[in-house]
Amino acid sequence: MKEFLLIFRREDSNYAEQMSPEQIQAILKPWNDWIGGIAAQNKLVTAGNRLESDGKVVKPNNLITNGPFVEIKEVLGGYTIIRANSLEEATELSKGCPILQVGGSVEVRAIIPMNN
Amino acid sequence: MNDQELIPHLFRTEYSKITSVLCKLFGIEYIETAEDIVSDTFLLAAETWGLKGLPQNPTAWLYTVAKNKAKDFLKHQHVFTNKVAVEVKRSEGFADELEIDLSNTNITNSQLQMMFAICHPAIPAESQIGLSLNILCGFGVDEIADAFLTNKDTIYKRLTRAKEKLRTENIKMELPLASEINSRLEAVLTTLYLLFSEGYYSTSKNTTLQKDLCIEAMRLTLMLVENEHTSTPQVNALLSLMCFHSSRFEARINTQGELIVYEEQDETLWNLELIEKGHFYLNNASKGHQISKYHLEAAIAYWHTHKTDTHEKWESILQLYNKLLQVEYSPIAALNRTYALSKANSKKEAIVEAEKLDLTYNHLYHLLLANLYQGINTEKVFSHLNTALMLAKTETEKANISKKISLLQAN
Repeated sequence: MKEFLLIFRREDSNYAEQMSPEQIQAILKPWNDWIGGIAAQNKLVTAGNRLESDGKVVKPNNLITNGPFVEIKEVLGGYTIIRANSLEEATELSKGCPILQVGGSVEVRAIIPMNN
Repeated sequence: MNDQELIPHLFRTEYSKITSVLCKLFGIEYIETAEDIVSDTFLLAAETWGLKGLPQNPTAWLYTVAKNKAKDFLKHQHVFTNKVAVEVKRSEGFADELEIDLSNTNITNSQLQMMFAICHPAIPAESQIGLSLNILCGFGVDEIADAFLTNKDTIYKRLTRAKEKLRTENIKMELPLASEINSRLEAVLTTLYLLFSEGYYSTSKNTTLQKDLCIEAMRLTLMLVENEHTSTPQVNALLSLMCFHSSRFEARINTQGELIVYEEQDETLWNLELIEKGHFYLNNASKGHQISKYHLEAAIAYWHTHKTDTHEKWESILQLYNKLLQVEYSPIAALNRTYALSKANSKKEAIVEAEKLDLTYNHLYHLLLANLYQGINTEKVFSHLNTALMLAKTETEKANISKKISLLQAN
């Protein structure tokens, strides 16, 4: 089995800011169920983390910008690490990701262990 | 309790206490000597009490005899000169006045230390449970073999090897340092958890034995809760879990000793006092930040003390299983999670998820799918039940599945 990094991207929006706890719960539930489903197949390495929308990007010559967000439409929203036999299987597992319901995307990348 | 029951009962309760105290005094490398002394004491009790009748205080009688035998041993062994005498001289006593401390405090401390000694990382995990049953709970080789559905020889060899290990690894009878207590506790808790599960989910037909295993696991966990050094949130969570589960003891087994499934239990038989205690320890467990698998399982068990199906109940159970699987995967948690999914979301979604689980060799997997397909696809219900029947390991399970099949055929 190999490990795969799933990178979640979605359109930048600050919709999370003025939500009631119930609304947040309603958004989290499909994520929890999806992650739980992968864990139930014993294919979850780590649920990973979500990322705040704010950030900085450091470029050569001390050029610091408020993120690459102005240039591309999608921002990095979070990541998860799973275990699968092949890239195809990892891709299959990604199809249930709730980010796809809100127009986002999942990038699937095999991890190369550092000690190899 | 009549005289015939008294000695086995005392054996169960006192064997471990005296053995632990003697091991602490002699050093755990003399565990077999300590056990011999206690066995001889009980043998003498059986002979003497049979002839002269019961002493006024049988426990005190046992302690006195064990103390004398221990003193004899110490006098005649080099262990005395090498180890104990040095310490005794340092305090004020002499060999003849040597006090063997069988006070409640010393008994409890010795048993706690014994728990940590048995669950030392050098002892193989499979031996830890057997040793615990033997030394901490006073179970004989026969009973342990019965509980594990294996033969006496296997258990006997396993115990002998493990005791040898206690000696060769130079394991000490002591509580771990405060800095180590959490990591060392983990192994102790795993053993106590397995001990309880062995009793609760045992396929052994001996229902008294099953219950005894659970009670012993709870007694030992309670000892950890009652000691300030070992009463961590995790320990409290484990005890809470055990209280919630054992509250259903009377309701889950019928007069023929057969298991009654949760849905068909008479909840008026659930023990409210144990449920109350479960709440109490779960509350204690919520101090601190760490959420262990025992916390999650205790919370799931808490929801199962609510018989009525509500959306809130099943949604909570589903989310707890989602988290539990992230902490630690197990096939049974994966199956239970999928069942909760069918209750909280829908049977259809649960079927899709169930069929992704790589558990086709497991009869419980097929029982789950048979359950999910009910009212959706009768053909699948029967094919999964038949596969389950083929894969089931024990006669009890096979009988239960056959009963299910004929009930469905009748409808």
